[in-house]
Amino acid sequence: MRIDKKTKDNLITYGIVVATFLIVQALASTGHLTNHIKGLLVPMTYYAIIAVALNLCVGILGELSIGHCGFMCIGAFTSAAFSKITAEKIPSGPRFLIAFVIGIAFAALFGFLIGIPVLRLKGDYLAIVTLAFGEIIKNVINAFYIGVDSKGMHFSMENQMALGLEPDGLMVVNGAMGITGTPHDASFTIGIVMLLVSLVVVLNLINSRDGRAIMAIRDNYIAAEASGINVTRYKMLAFTISAAIAGAAGVLYSHNITTLTASSQYFGYNASIMILVYVVLGGIGNIRGSVVAACILYLLPELLRGLNKYRMLIYSIVLIVMMIVNWSPKVIEWRKKTFANFGIKKKV
Amino acid sequence: MSFLTYLINGLSLGSIYAIIALGYTMVYGIAKMLNFAHGDFIMVGCYVIFSVIGAMGGNSTTGVIIAVVVSIILCSLLGITTEFIAYRPLRGAASPLAVLITAIGVSYFLENLALIIFGADVKSFSSVITWKGISFANGELKIQGVTIVTIAVSIIILVCLQLFINKTKQGQAMLAVAEDKGAATLMGINVNKTIMLTFAIGSALAAVAGALLCSAYPNLSPYVGAMPGIKAFVAAVLGGIGSIPGAMIGGIVLGIVEILSKTYISSQLSDAIVFGILVIVLIVKPTGILGKVIQEKV
Repeated sequence: MRIDKKTKDNLITYGIVVATFLIVQALASTGHLTNHIKGLLVPMTYYAIIAVALNLCVGILGELSIGHCGFMCIGAFTSAAFSKITAEKIPSGPRFLIAFVIGIAFAALFGFLIGIPVLRLKGDYLAIVTLAFGEIIKNVINAFYIGVDSKGMHFSMENQMALGLEPDGLMVVNGAMGITGTPHDASFTIGIVMLLVSLVVVLNLINSRDGRAIMAIRDNYIAAEASGINVTRYKMLAFTISAAIAGAAGVLYSHNITTLTASSQYFGYNASIMILVYVVLGGIGNIRGSVVAACILYLLPELLRGLNKYRMLIYSIVLIVMMIVNWSPKVIEWRKKTFANFGIKKKV
Repeated sequence: MSFLTYLINGLSLGSIYAIIALGYTMVYGIAKMLNFAHGDFIMVGCYVIFSVIGAMGGNSTTGVIIAVVVSIILCSLLGITTEFIAYRPLRGAASPLAVLITAIGVSYFLENLALIIFGADVKSFSSVITWKGISFANGELKIQGVTIVTIAVSIIILVCLQLFINKTKQGQAMLAVAEDKGAATLMGINVNKTIMLTFAIGSALAAVAGALLCSAYPNLSPYVGAMPGIKAFVAAVLGGIGSIPGAMIGGIVLGIVEILSKTYISSQLSDAIVFGILVIVLIVKPTGILGKVIQEKV
């Protein structure tokens, strides 16, 4: 059977993920993993997922977004609210599945709504508006109060008392305190499955007619439009899918911790920028690179914990040096010359 | 009267945003890069003033002047060094994102360096402006000294900057480099030197903004510059990035909106409102209030 290059490439990507999963499982079952490392596994999968989502937006669609954690935030909060309300009514398996559907649907809905104004803009203006939307989402969620009692759902944007909840009512979203007591449904296996699902979605999209249209818009939107491609439609398509996948990462995130708050550390622009760092270092437009970079760069500061307070300083220096080595035109030229001297032909 | 007080406070905060936004917009206009580390230059400026005043023991007038001057000089040097080490090698890189990520790296570096040197605890910054201010209408309307100085300084900076750019050779060189690097080189303009000068001025403005910011809000921590930096960036975009009067207008609009929404609507939602204004303005006018519309040609 002949396999074309793209399919082979995609299979390698899936293979890497599955192999990593098997190796980690083998190490875990033989007791080689400390609890600290085990705790990092689920975050690693959701960061890989959101990196894939962002790469679809930045690398394939070609629009810089620095607010993707906002979509993650929406996915996290909607699904966690659902899981908390139905915690005792639905068994954990189907409940988590429905939570995924809800989180992804809401993130996609917001991706669509936000995409309408955002995608009219260009370049840095677009980037700053995505940042603005990310911050707006985070801020509004911090001012949300939702409770449930026998009369149904109560909603307020003032404070807990304004809900007028019955004494036996359930406080679901408590403003800046967020959601506490979300069932702990996420696991490394589910994370890997979700990563594979998002990879299948994104890689198939890229290699489809729609994906080629999206990339044509990225490369030259005037030429794409002149060739009869509906620019708005394809931009919206890619942006919405990207938001939906970010929402899936949010579902994993919220079901892996007990207290979910819309803090700047996890959902602010800083977090979105951190994901952007994964995407750029993994290679813009290179989906496999995003997965690998997200895993390595997420683990790096954690593994540097022995260096205590110097770890983030070292991380930042590594980041700057890596960017200069990878991207500087002079370094690239020098690298080419050196490789030529050694008689190694390397594709740059 | 209280409305007027809030308005003036907003104007003062807006002036600080405007000074930071001027730095952002100049660097963006000329180097076509978003300097994410700009907010951290503010932080560095604040810590320098804090340390110099601490070393001289006390808040005397000469001490304050020396501290501010030292802070401005060190920040300019920091700006030049950063540009030389981190940004210049990436000029002409295949992707404009490369230098953006490096700027983020510089930002992490400065924040964590400050964290190691000064610790994570919030330090109380003693205002560099000791003047109590003036009051009108039998003390009903009080304007603090910090507020007046901030507004005055920002006006002086705007006027000087406009004069510098429009009347001097270096200023004209900056405009030329911003317009077209290649053509500027052919006209005998040293592009590298011009960009370096821009970074020096932008960083010096960050130091001034830092002194004013920490005098008005005297809590000093390694992350003090991050949020004002982002807000100023929003201000620069709001006014039309690359435009100097635009940065001023954007900063002042943002400051007033922030203070008024904090007072009259909700302190929790004020940031959302500020960012909401940006979204609305950009939807109506996609290149900001004073931004130039550049028609793309095939």
